[in-house]
Amino acid sequence: SAVAITGCACSRTKTQRRHAAHFTFQPDPVPSQYGPTQKMNLFQSITSALDNTLASDPTAVIFGEDVAFGGVFRCTVGLRDKYGKDRVFNTPLCEQGIVGFGIGVAVAGATAIAEIQFADYIFPAFDQIVNEAAKYRYRSGNMFDCGNLTIRAPWGCVGHGSLYHSQSPEAFFAHCPGLKVVIPRSPIQAKGLLLSCIADKNPCIFFEPKILYRAAVEQVPEDPYTIPLSQAEVLQEGSDVTLVAWGTQIHVLKEVASMAQEKLGVSCEVIDLQTILPWDIETVCKSVVKTGRLLISHEAPVTGGFASEISSTVQEECFLNLEAPISRVCGYDTPFPHIFEPFYIPDKWKCFEAIKKMINY
Amino acid sequence: MLCLLFLGPFFATATMRLLINNACIQSFQVLQLQQTFDSSLEKPQFPGASAEFVDQLEFIQPNVISGIPVYRVMDRQGNIINPSQDPQLSKETVLNFYQKMTMLNTMDRILYESQRQGRISFYMTNYGEEGTHIGSAAALDPNDLVFGQYREAGVLMYRGFPLDHFMAQCYANADDLGKGRQMPVHYGSKDLNFVTISSPLATQIPQAAGAAYAVKRENTNRAVICYFGEGAASEGDAHAGFNFSATLECPLIFFCRNNGYAISTPTNEQYRGDGIAARGPGYGMLSIRVDGNDVFAVYNATKEARRRAVAENQPFLIEAMTYRIGHHSTSDDSSAYRSVDEVNYWDKQDHPISRLRHYMTARGWWSEDDERSWRKQSRKTVMEAFERAERRLKPNPELLFTDVYQEMIPSLNKQRESLWRHVQQYKENYPLDLYEK
Repeated sequence: SAVAITGCACSRTKTQRRHAAHFTFQPDPVPSQYGPTQKMNLFQSITSALDNTLASDPTAVIFGEDVAFGGVFRCTVGLRDKYGKDRVFNTPLCEQGIVGFGIGVAVAGATAIAEIQFADYIFPAFDQIVNEAAKYRYRSGNMFDCGNLTIRAPWGCVGHGSLYHSQSPEAFFAHCPGLKVVIPRSPIQAKGLLLSCIADKNPCIFFEPKILYRAAVEQVPEDPYTIPLSQAEVLQEGSDVTLVAWGTQIHVLKEVASMAQEKLGVSCEVIDLQTILPWDIETVCKSVVKTGRLLISHEAPVTGGFASEISSTVQEECFLNLEAPISRVCGYDTPFPHIFEPFYIPDKWKCFEAIKKMINY
Repeated sequence: MLCLLFLGPFFATATMRLLINNACIQSFQVLQLQQTFDSSLEKPQFPGASAEFVDQLEFIQPNVISGIPVYRVMDRQGNIINPSQDPQLSKETVLNFYQKMTMLNTMDRILYESQRQGRISFYMTNYGEEGTHIGSAAALDPNDLVFGQYREAGVLMYRGFPLDHFMAQCYANADDLGKGRQMPVHYGSKDLNFVTISSPLATQIPQAAGAAYAVKRENTNRAVICYFGEGAASEGDAHAGFNFSATLECPLIFFCRNNGYAISTPTNEQYRGDGIAARGPGYGMLSIRVDGNDVFAVYNATKEARRRAVAENQPFLIEAMTYRIGHHSTSDDSSAYRSVDEVNYWDKQDHPISRLRHYMTARGWWSEDDERSWRKQSRKTVMEAFERAERRLKPNPELLFTDVYQEMIPSLNKQRESLWRHVQQYKENYPLDLYEK
C-alpha cells in the first residue's frame, strides 16, 4: 500500500510525496473457536488456506502465471517445494487458457485453484467463465459440472495501480447465474472464505484486495476453517443508517461510522456483504427495515456497479421503510485513473457527506 | 539433434513416419535448465531458443503447396494400398464400423427431415464425416474422456448411446439426459464419458488439456480426446489449449475435422498456412494429417496417438481431412456458397461409407442382400425411436430452475414461486399440456 514519506522532505516538494492510504485497516478480534492462531498478513492467510487445501486434498492443484516461485504477491510461497511441481505450476501467459484448463481439471474431478494475476486481466477468460463454467451443470442436466473450480485474483485500488492494476470487476460476474463471487475484508475472513469457495460445489471467483496483502495483519487460525458463503456479516449494530460494502471499503465505512457518531450523533450499522453473488438479501433488508436509510459504497464505477443491484432490490422490498433515497458512493464512470486516484475513490469524506444528506433529507 | 522443421520442405514419405520428431525439443528443454552462459562459445546462448547462428538473410518459406502429406490406408475404391498398414480388424469389428456409420447416416436423414417438418427446432447432420467419428472412437478406450464440438455424434453412437437418447435430446423431451435445456445435437453422456457439448466454439480445447492433466495425475492410463473443426481452430482457445497441453505434458489427442467449410467460409479464408497439422510443430507437438474418409487411416493414427500420449504424457495433433457433404445446419443452405457438382463429387467419389463397403464386399463380408436388409432394418429402428420420442411429454418446467447451482438458492426459489403463481393465474396462455406435471 501507499505510505506517507515523512522525515526529511527537504529535497521533495509537498506534491511529490505520495499520499497516505485512504483507510486504516481495522483488525478483527482474535478468533477463539478455530484453534491456535498465528500473526499473518493477507497474503500469508491465503498461503495458509492453500497449504491446508493441498495437505488435505490430494487432487488439488494450483496454477497460473508465476505461481511456481511464489507469485507476484507471494501468495503461493513455499507451496511448490512442499507439495511438488505437478501440484503448483506455472502456465503459459494466457488467461483464457488458465480458466479453460481449470474448468477441465474440475470437470475431471480434481480440485482446481486458478490464479489470474490481476482482476484487470480476467477479461480474456470471460467467455470461459460466463459461457462455460457458470453453465456447465445446468446445460448438462447435472451430468457434468466444474464445482471444483476456484479462481483467485488480486482486486481493487492500491494507490498507484491506475487503469489496469486497480479494477474491481465484481459487477460483470454478478450478472451471471451459476457463479459465486466472494470478496474478503481481512486475513481471517480471507482464509475462511477461500476455504469455503474451494469446498463449494460451484465455480467461485475470489477477489483479494491487493492493498491489504501486506497492510492487513491479524491473528489467523493455523488450522482450516470455513466462513459461510452468502451470509453477510453485521460488523457493528446501529439504528440510523445502514452502511454496506465489501473488501477494502469496509475499513473506510468503519471509520465513517465513527465520524458519523462523533460529529453528527448518527448511529450506523455496518454490513460486510462478503458474497456478491448470491448475495444475502435478507440481512441487508432486515437492517434497512430497522434504520430506514441505506448507503452502499464501492470503488467500481457507479453505473451498473453492484450497488445498483442492492439498491434496486432494497427499494422493492423496503420501500415504505425508507426515510431517504438510497445512497451510492462509488467510483466515477471513468477508467481508473493514475494520478487522480485520490479524487476518484469513494473516500470517507464523500461517504460522510452522503450520510449527512440522508439524515437531513 | 535433427530439427528438420526449418530447413526446407517437409519430408514427404507415405508411411507412419510422418510424425515430426520433437525429441529435439525435449532435449532442448533439459538443456535450458542446465544452461550456463558462455560468451566464448559461438553457439547462441539465448534462453528462449537454441539452434545455430546463420549469416545468410533468408525467410523461412511456409510450405502450403507440398505441405504435410495425407496418410491413408485405402484408396478411394476401398483397396488397401500398403498391406502393412491394414489394421486387419475382424469381420465383426468392420461390420460394426459399417453399421454404426450407416445408422448415423439414417438417423441424420430422419432428424433433418423432422426439423423441416417443424417437429424439432434445429439439427446438424454428419454427412461425409462418419469415418472420422467411427475410426477415432474405435481406437479409444471406453473410459477415455471425449470433448466434442458438435459434429461428432458418431463417436457417441459408436460407444452405444441409444437412439432413444439422441432423439430425446433433439426433441428436448422428458427422457433427455440434459433435462431439455439445450438446442438439439448438444449431446452428452456421463456413462459414456462424453462431455456435454456447448455452442461456443473451441472452448472445449483448453478444457480438454485440463482434464488430461488431471487424468494424468490419477495414473489410470486414461487418455482424453478433443474434437474440433478447422474453423474453431482459429479461436484463441485453440492456441491456448495447444500450448497448455504441450507445456504441461498432457495425455491428449487433438482431433481436427478439416471438412473444408466453417458455415460458408472456405479454408482459404480461414487460414493461410498449411492447415492445422502444420501448427502442431509450432507448439512442440507431434502432428499428422490423415485421410478422414478412410476409416482405417483414422483408426491407425488415433490408436498410435493414444498409445503414445498415455505412455509419454504428451499431446498429439491429428488433422483428419474430410468434406462436409451436408449443410452446416438446418439454418443453412449451402447452395448459396458452393456448387452442387462439388458436393456430388464427395458424395459419389470419396465417401467413407462407400469406401468401407468396397473393402467389405471385396472380402465377401457384405452382399447386396445384406445391404438391402440392413438399410430396411436400420430405418425401421430409427423410425421407431423417432415415434417414441414424438409422443413423449416435455420435462417438468420445475427443471427450468434447478442445477444453476448444486443447491437451490433462496432468491431463485422466490423467482420459481413467482412463476408458478403467475402460471396458475394465466394458465390458458402457457402450453402446460405438453409438459410433465
